[in-house]
Parts: sequence; structure tokens; C-alpha cells
Amino acid sequence: MANENNTSDSQVDVGRVLTDSMVRQIRDLFVRYPNRQAVTLPALHIVHEELRHVPLQAVVEIAELLELTPADVQDALSFYGFFKQDKPHGRTRVWVCRSISCALRGSEEIAQHLCDRLGMQPGETTADNSVTLEVAECLGACDFAPCFLAGSRLHRNMTRESADRLLDELTTDGDRDSV
Amino acid sequence: MVIVTAFEPILLADIKKEASHTLRVYQQSAGYQTLKQALVEMTPEQVQEVVQSSGLRGRGGAGFPTGLKWTFLPKDHPGPVYFCLNADESEPGTFNNRILMEEDPHQVIEGTILSCYATGASTAYIYLRYEYPTSLERLQNAIDECYAAGLLGKNVLGTDFSLDMYLHRGAAAYICGEETGLIESLEGKRACPRIKPPFPAVEGVFRKPTVVNNVETAACVKHILARGADWFRSMGVPADPENPRDAGSYGPKLYCLSGHIERPGCYEAPLGITVDELINEFGGGVWKGRRAKAAIPGGISMGLLSADEFDCPLDFSGPGKYGCLGLGTAAVVVLDETVSMVDFLHNSCRFFAHESCGQCTPCREGTAWSLQMLNRIKQGQGRLQDLDLLLEIGDSIGIIPGTTICGLSDGAAWPIKNAIRKFRSEFEIYIQRTNPKGYQATEPVQALEIIGVH
Ligand SMILES: Cc1cc2nc3c(=O)[nH]c(=O)nc-3n(C[C@H](O)[C@H](O)[C@H](O)COP(=O)(O)O)c2cc1C
Ligand code: SF4
Ligand code: FES
Repeated sequence: MANENNTSDSQVDVGRVLTDSMVRQIRDLFVRYPNRQAVTLPALHIVHEELRHVPLQAVVEIAELLELTPADVQDALSFYGFFKQDKPHGRTRVWVCRSISCALRGSEEIAQHLCDRLGMQPGETTADNSVTLEVAECLGACDFAPCFLAGSRLHRNMTRESADRLLDELTTDGDRDSV
Repeated sequence: MVIVTAFEPILLADIKKEASHTLRVYQQSAGYQTLKQALVEMTPEQVQEVVQSSGLRGRGGAGFPTGLKWTFLPKDHPGPVYFCLNADESEPGTFNNRILMEEDPHQVIEGTILSCYATGASTAYIYLRYEYPTSLERLQNAIDECYAAGLLGKNVLGTDFSLDMYLHRGAAAYICGEETGLIESLEGKRACPRIKPPFPAVEGVFRKPTVVNNVETAACVKHILARGADWFRSMGVPADPENPRDAGSYGPKLYCLSGHIERPGCYEAPLGITVDELINEFGGGVWKGRRAKAAIPGGISMGLLSADEFDCPLDFSGPGKYGCLGLGTAAVVVLDETVSMVDFLHNSCRFFAHESCGQCTPCREGTAWSLQMLNRIKQGQGRLQDLDLLLEIGDSIGIIPGTTICGLSDGAAWPIKNAIRKFRSEFEIYIQRTNPKGYQATEPVQALEIIGVH
């Protein structure tokens, strides 16, 4: 798990999961807040962005950096269903909005179609780890309902067809349909 | 009566320009001139007075007078004072903050700097919802441009005023938009709203005096300082002289329009246009030539208007007169005649059950229980008495009945109360049709499992 590019000899403990770069990014934020606890959410984002989850070992290491107990960090983390912990999410997280404006324009039917096609439930990841399909509450883009957020890209005015195409692009084996 | 279509957009004036999000383009339309003038010619108290006399009320949902809120900061506090820009925009149906941040972030930042000057804040945090990656990129870019141009940092524009501004990213939780939930989240904790008082102005983030304002509120502050309080008061609906508690509805407003509408979008108009005007003059009418059945007047928390109530003016006191919770975020969602009210209410209950932070029993249990009942009704196992149980929940959760800490539960209650009271016969017919053998049953029904998400 340790950073392969890590050439510094200061970090030899193979059990550690935070890379030097993550630690640096986290430390750089200390000046922004009067105490370190406020860096909890930004630190979780930094780790989550790279590891696609925040394993318990990362919680312990973040706590060390922020001079908190692991329980403090875990307490905050567990409030936000956003952070994965048990295993990484897929390469792309696809959020399908199910709130009212999107639901009125068919988002729930599209979500169901994708679940059927992939043979999985919202929150699950494809076997090839390419996509984690999730349902989201209002994405703040109701003018483009129904919409998806895939990674950091908003996909507007989705239909079954455009959703299928998006999935084809994101899943490595494009012929998933025939599976 | 204002002629809606003749109105010249103010907040949205520049969003169509090429590279509208850059400092270069913003400065072409006199960007940061207002700030410069205020810093040189006005004291913070004078800025505060102008905002107070403009009658500006917060655009984030509660409609509290902005200038008045600023006066609640303790005088002569040794500081620091913090400013939090509430960019958590998560109320279903609402997207006007996103458009401002993506297309004209400098307007928002100039308003924020002015607000910080007026309130004596030395640090501003922009609490941005996670799901706005483009806003993140453009705001960060705009902040960097400001630091490089001496508009942020030590000695802003060579004056004694210094200000740091930081972006802080949320993690997909609606409750972080509630101002004390936001503060807890910013502090690195679970976003459980605080019991008030003390209000944030007295003891907010890091236990220091704190102002929380919405993105659109900050944008309005910029224009009030640029054009004056009288200009702002010339628009909208004046305070009702018969009602001493009415603070009026002044200025321009960004209305969001979505759902079953021909042209969904964000439209700017003076406060007080009616739902009808918004739908027909801006939105091109209900989609597919259909008729409307109902509309959400200001984000899902505000409840429902039936189609014969579309003369409702969208000002701060309008929707309340039609049994809704209030103007909220002025996000109108249109439901056409084909929509089942059971589906609507199920969607609403699911949202609030998912987003309740869980610390108040009436909210945690009430939202979960109402979702269970809606699940059951939807699946053809509803009973007529469920409707009264739902109303009982609706009438007993919230800060208005006085049983919870924050307004999320009032927002959960209103759709239930409005949908059932305004469309009761539809619910009854649905229950009788889908559960012909059991609709009159009164014995307890086994609870269904709640479908978890995220
Ligand atoms: C459940 C809940 C969610 C809220 N979400 C938001 C939000 O996303 N953005 C916002 O500006 N205000 C939100 N508010 C209102 C804030 O608590 C607060 O009133 C507002 O940010 C103050 O700014 P303003 O006076 O400029 O409107 C929410 C309130 C509640 C009860
Ligand atoms: S009302 Fe609901 S969301 Fe608000 S503090 Fe109580 S439990 Fe949390
Ligand atoms: S309801 Fe889907 S983006 Fe708002």
C-alpha cells in the first residue's frame, strides 16, 4: 500500500497508507484554520480522492496529524455517507439524481434500468472496478433534469440511451450488454 | 404592477459573456470598483447601514434581514470574527447559487469581501457542497486571481483592511446547509445543528462571532453598494403597513424553475412575481401542452400549491398565505396532471428520512416512519388511517410546533401536510383502489425495511 514513488527514508513503515504527498497536502491546510480539527473534512477528502476510500489505518494516521483521537475522526467520517471505508469505490463514481425535479423527468426509471443492466444495487461496484453506481439527492442541476454526476462531470438531460452510452464509455469492456 | 418581461437582469447581467468567470472580464464591467470605493470612502458601519436600509433579506431560505443580522455581532469584540458563505445549496429544486458561482464568481466574492468589511470579519470560509466541481474550480481560480491582484490577503487594495478567503468542501449532506450544521461541519465534526441561542453572531464557528450568509445574498450586497439602498427598495413588494412584522420583499430574485416545464432555468425578476407569471412568461408553460396539477413554491421544504393557487406571489409572505411554509429558496417545481401525489410525497419523505441528522427523536423517527408509511401505501398496502397518522407526524415535528432543534423537520412536515390536506381525495382513492381488501384495516401492519442509500 505504501507510496511506490516514495524515496525519502523517513517513511519505511509499510503499514502506513498516507503518502508523503497526502501528508504534505494536509499539513499545508493547517494555516487556514485556528485549530487542526477543522482540517478533518479536507483531510478525508484528500485521502478519499486518492485511495477512493478511507481505511481505518488512514483514520488513525489523520488523527495523528491533526492531534485528535482516531475516534474523533471516525465520528466525523461516519456522519457523511459519502466516504467509503471497507473497500475502494470504482474508478468512476456515477451519481444518479433521484430528487423531485429529476424524478419527475424519469431519473428513477433510468436508475432502475442501469441497475438491471449491471445486475447490481445502488452503491455497488462493477466487477471490473470501473463504476460505482449510486443514487444521489438533488445535484443542484434541476434545470438539466434528469442529470448524473460522473466523477466531476455533470451529464445533463439523460435518457436511457445516453445513460447506456455513458456506461459503455466508463466500463472497460464495452460489450457488457451481452453479458 | 411590475412588467416582468421589461426587467433588466442585474445578478445575471453578465453570465452570458465569454469567460464571464474571469477577473479580466469582471473588471470590464467595473468589477471591484464598488469595493474600492467602499474601502476608501466608507466606514464598516456605513456599509452596514446601507445594507440595512436596503431591506435586503437573506436569500438562503429563512429570509432574515441581512443588515439586522449583522448588528447582532457583539460590539468591540476582540475578534476574530468569521464569515461563512453558505454555498451548500442542496434544497431540491434549487440551483441559482451554482449559476452565480460558475458564471460570475467574482460578483459573489466582491459581495463577500464587502460583507466581511462591514462585519469586521478577517477570515471568510466558503462552505461549498461537494457536488459542485465546476463551482469549486472557478471559485478557486477567482480567489487565486484576487490574491494576485491584492483584492484578498493583507491590506486589501492598500488599505488597513485584511481578509483571507478559503474554500471548504462539504461531503454530500443536506444538513450542512443549516447554518449551525455548517459550523459544526466546518469545525470537523458531525453536522448536527446546534441549539440556539447562542446564535452564530454571538458564538459561531470556533466559538467566535460568526456571520453566515447565502451566495445570492452576497451578490445582492455588491449591487446595493454599487447602486444604493433606494435603488434596491424600488423593486419588489413593500412591507405591509398593516403588519408590523412584515419586513417587505425588496430587490431582484433568482427564481429556479424545473420539473414539468417547457423551459427549465434560472430567471431573474423583482420579488413578487406570481407562480403563473414565472411558469408562463419565463418558462414557456407546462411541458407537452399539459395542464399543471401542483407546484412546489420554493424548494421541496416549502410544501405544495395546487394549480388553482398559482396566483400566489413569490415574495417572502406570499406562499405563507396559501398554506405553504414560505418562499424558501424561490425554487418552483411544476408537477403536471399525470403526477401521482403518492409518488410525490414518497419522494419527499424519502429525501427527509435520508437527510435528517438524527439527533432529535421527533425528526429522526417521524421522517423514517412517514417514509415507511409511504412505502407501504405505494406498494398497495395503505390504509385510510395512515393519512391521519401522517398528518399527526406533520403537525408535530419541527421548530414551529417546538419539538426539534432545526428547520429540516418543518421542511419534512410541510409537503406531508400540504399534499394530504390539498389532495386528500386522491390519496383515499389510491388506497382504496390498490388495497381493496385492507384499506379499512386498523390493526398494526408489519413495518417494511427502509431502503438505505449512499
Ligand atoms: C435544513 C436546512 C437546510 C438549509 N440549507 C441551506 C443552504 O443550502 N444554503 C443556504 O444559504 N441556506 C440554507 N439554510 C438556511 C441557513 O440556515 C441560513 O438561514 C442561511 O444560510 C443564512 O443566510 P441568508 O441570511 O443570507 O439567507 C438551510 C436551513 C435549514 C433548516
Ligand atoms: S430537526 Fe432533524 S435535522 Fe434538525 S437537528 Fe433535529 S434531527 Fe437533526
Ligand atoms: S432534483 Fe435532480 S438535480 Fe435537482
